[in-house]
Amino acid sequence: MSSADSLSALVNEALADIDASGDLAALDEVRVRILGKKGLLTEQLKALGGLSAAERPAAGQRINDAKTAVQSALEMHRIRLEAGALARELAKGTIDVTLPGRGQEPGSLHPVTRTRLRIEKIFSQAGFQVVSGPEVEDDFHNFEALNIPKNHPARAMHDTFYFGDGRLLRTHTSPVQIRTMMSQKPPLAIIAPGRVYRIDSDMTHTPMFHQVEGMVIGEHISFANLKAMLHTFVERFFERPLGMRLRPSYFPFTEPSAEADIECVFCGGKGCRVCKHSGWLEILGCGMIHPKVLDAAGYDSEKWQGYAFGAGIDRLAMLRYGVDDLRLFFENDLQLLKQFP
Amino acid sequence: MKITYRWLQEITPVTASPAQLAAQLTLAGLEVEAISPVAPPFAGVVVGEVLECTRHPDAEKLSVCQVTTDGVNRLQIICGAKNVRAGLKVAVAMDGAHLPKDVHIKRTKLRGLESNGMLCSSRELGLGESQDGIMELPMALKLNSELRAALDLDDVMLEVNATPNRGDCMSVFGIARDYTAAQERRYLSYVSKPVAAAQQAVFPVSLQAGDACPVFASRVIRGVKADAPSPAWLRERLRRVDINSISAVVDVTNFVMMELGQPMHAYDLAKLDRGITVRMATAKERITLLDDKEHELDGEFLVIADDSGAVGVAGVMGGRRTAISDTTTDVLLESAHFSPASVAGRARRLGLFTDAAQRFERGVDPSLAALAIERATELLLECAGGSPGPVQVTRIASAGAAAAADEWVALRRERVTRLLGAPVPDSEVQAVLGAISEKAELTAAGWRVLRPSHRFDIRIEADLIEEVARLRGFDSIAEFHATAPQIPGDATEKQVSQERVLTAIADRGYREVITYTFVDPSLQRSLFPDTPALALANPISAELSEMRVSLWTGLLHSCRENLRRQQNRVRLFELGNKFVVQSGSNLLREIETLAGIATGQRLPEQWGSAKEALDFYDVKADVMDVLALTGDVTSIRFEAATLPVLRPGRAARIFRGDVAIGWLGELHPQIAKELNLSAAVFLFELEMTVAFASKPLQFNKISKYPSVRRDLAIVVDETVPLAVLRENVTFSASGLLSDLRVFDVYRGSNVETGRKSIALGLILQDSSRTLTDDDADAVVARVVARLRDVLSATIRDQ
Repeated sequence: MSSADSLSALVNEALADIDASGDLAALDEVRVRILGKKGLLTEQLKALGGLSAAERPAAGQRINDAKTAVQSALEMHRIRLEAGALARELAKGTIDVTLPGRGQEPGSLHPVTRTRLRIEKIFSQAGFQVVSGPEVEDDFHNFEALNIPKNHPARAMHDTFYFGDGRLLRTHTSPVQIRTMMSQKPPLAIIAPGRVYRIDSDMTHTPMFHQVEGMVIGEHISFANLKAMLHTFVERFFERPLGMRLRPSYFPFTEPSAEADIECVFCGGKGCRVCKHSGWLEILGCGMIHPKVLDAAGYDSEKWQGYAFGAGIDRLAMLRYGVDDLRLFFENDLQLLKQFP
Repeated sequence: MKITYRWLQEITPVTASPAQLAAQLTLAGLEVEAISPVAPPFAGVVVGEVLECTRHPDAEKLSVCQVTTDGVNRLQIICGAKNVRAGLKVAVAMDGAHLPKDVHIKRTKLRGLESNGMLCSSRELGLGESQDGIMELPMALKLNSELRAALDLDDVMLEVNATPNRGDCMSVFGIARDYTAAQERRYLSYVSKPVAAAQQAVFPVSLQAGDACPVFASRVIRGVKADAPSPAWLRERLRRVDINSISAVVDVTNFVMMELGQPMHAYDLAKLDRGITVRMATAKERITLLDDKEHELDGEFLVIADDSGAVGVAGVMGGRRTAISDTTTDVLLESAHFSPASVAGRARRLGLFTDAAQRFERGVDPSLAALAIERATELLLECAGGSPGPVQVTRIASAGAAAAADEWVALRRERVTRLLGAPVPDSEVQAVLGAISEKAELTAAGWRVLRPSHRFDIRIEADLIEEVARLRGFDSIAEFHATAPQIPGDATEKQVSQERVLTAIADRGYREVITYTFVDPSLQRSLFPDTPALALANPISAELSEMRVSLWTGLLHSCRENLRRQQNRVRLFELGNKFVVQSGSNLLREIETLAGIATGQRLPEQWGSAKEALDFYDVKADVMDVLALTGDVTSIRFEAATLPVLRPGRAARIFRGDVAIGWLGELHPQIAKELNLSAAVFLFELEMTVAFASKPLQFNKISKYPSVRRDLAIVVDETVPLAVLRENVTFSASGLLSDLRVFDVYRGSNVETGRKSIALGLILQDSSRTLTDDDADAVVARVVARLRDVLSATIRDQ
């Protein structure tokens, strides 16, 4: 066997050993055996000295080639082994990505508050100022100034909570109209959301509920403006085109007065249980501010005119979210609250 | 107010279907709240006559009747009614008839005898419950005619909600008048048919209450059969509008009230003492009304009296003493006008609700009194016979003159367009005004309208504009957006916005609730024993009768309810007013407050984290995070304080500078026990205005130089709060302390009892140079020295 043959046998054997190495330690053993200080190839390099000058370059070249081949095989196998080791290491660290995350659970805003904030946003974008007033009111602001004198039949529409000393719980947010007019000069545009109280309790009535009052006063604010504003409001609120109609009605503090109906949001106006098969849902009362109310607040009713409206926030929330019992809003069951992120 | 379709048609032409009519009325402001057939569907029932009637041989309570429905053929029908007899006109359900409630009539045998149909009671046909036995039909009805047609049962009841300003629409005629104006632009006036006097009896009437009763029409009718039942048509008419038949006399007055809107009263003339006086009641005057209750009156009530005392509360209800009975023969009819002011609220004060009061307090046409009494006379003679005297109309001269004075209301042309925001042609304004009043005239500026005596709601220009808009329909006004002045709005940084506060606390894991502002006084008393509260005079229930002095009352209630519903971890908050009565005065302050409650585990149940109970400091972090929105954390202080509702030693008053802004603490264990709350409950409240006033934000230069950290474990007495430690460290660090962290609080071995070890991390930084170790060591030395001197602190070995 020529030395060339034995070299190539050595290389082949080395390559086979490299391939067979299962881990870095075994691989290193192969490296030491072949390329170490006393390795088989190292020995051959050392033996070059014994060759003739003519033979030496070719033999040296052969051994160096063999060494390069083994080194590169070693390197490649090392990379392979390391990659495998890393993969095995990572595999051990696999987690269940479907387990729930940890930490605090989120809270939420009450659906009525959500609704109130949306209403405030819709109106503030139209330049309305959000104002508020006291819940414990007096007869003047809640009734007299709104053209509802004592014994007026309209008082029967407001079953009022009294404190026995002249004070009462406001039955509507309309007294905020009076307070605003008395503290600000026209022109003005306000909304006043808040809690109101009436002696009543059933599926659609609770002794406390929420209204939002709106009032716009200018020199030329008209009924047509009221219609346009309300219609746009309901379409923004329900986020869809919606028929609306105004029906003549009566409030002592507006003239003309109207009740606004929207196309039933549950049946699209075809008639269902919720709209009592009328296709319409009553959502608010409104009208042009009565001259007596303007005069009582010190505004010149010959010069200034305007509109006012009052809507039930809870009712709007019920329609928006499909809640069929108003009382649920004030039972504060977490099972309901958790449905409104 | 209930009317029927046919009744309306008797007064004015109606071509619209009942459903269309309902829509037309609704859109003209007379909201139709319900519409229903006056009779449920049935078929196969005809008018028949009982020819013979004999006892069933095998059944004591059954009769065997021979009935004809066509005048020729005989049908044998077995009947169980007591009132069945030969000669009666009856409603015969033929073989194959369908009756209400899914009843089908078939030829059958009853106790061995054939029965070819059924004689119907009104109950079986769904026509009311009142009558015993089978229907006794008017003899005038034709044999073999369909009962539905014969009795006009395909009529429809409409329930009309007349608003409180429309007293004039509290009658079929009134609704017809408004309908005619809306649909035909025609003024419908009432034409009465006077009934001539057949005798001359009158009864003295004296009006002594001024404007409260300016006109009083009365009429004596002698020889009335007061025990006569009403004819079938009258009973049926009243049934359709939900009024029970009482007697012919009462039914007639009710009919006239429903038809024309004039409440009337009939007295037993024999029981009236000498003469009638209309006057204000005297203090503590007593009267037993037709409700058989004795009522006590005062000078606010208007009464009808005779020489022995009050015989009725005007416009509300008549008295028992002079009421019609079966033995009455002579009747005094009353048809008077009582002013809205004299009746309004009076029925309510007596705990009554009457049709008369409902009408008078809204306003009854004063001119109607003398007309309605003619209609009532006509009907009374028809139903109960009698001989009428002349109509006597007593008026107060002065009040009468005032009432008779023409009241004109002006309408300026340009105001119509300005208020409605839509042009209305003059001809249409003219047409509407002419349809609501007998007199509407052109003037230089527009029009003037004579106020019709039945319209109490037409007083000013706006009322006429309303009529124009209403009768033309609000749909005729096109939507048009107002042009608004371009005024920039607020975006304040002086106060944290409410929405920001709400979302921040929600993001800390609290769920918002809305609780009643009136609470259970006994619960409130147990939480706030020393705090005065405002109590409702007429609460809906005892549990909801006192205004809350804190939001905690409602929050505790909601928390408890949720725990009862198997929630074990509850974190709630509410934003709303508390109602604070100023001590020593009647003054009330409504303070907008954010309040919260938390109980249960610190974290929701989850894997991989220990179950630890929530404590004071968890909630404190929530509160601080929300307060941090003001950009002014450093001026917030928590001071140990006491409040009966909170556990002593675990309660803090929260201050911003010197201003108290809220509370934080643990619910007193004694109260928790009374409320069956087993886990510790933490409560906080912040008064919105003061708590969330923001500090103007100002940028502080960022130091380019690195910071140095030094850790110290300081042992001090238990009584030394961190706040004091912090003050002293800050003082000694003379401006180099950029942050102070507390990373451990330790009690136990190596620390004497009564003392605690607090581990502090001092972060030191200078804005103009890099601090050296020597600088840092010097600071630490100063801190240690001061803490030792001031607080007897020792440094614990690291």
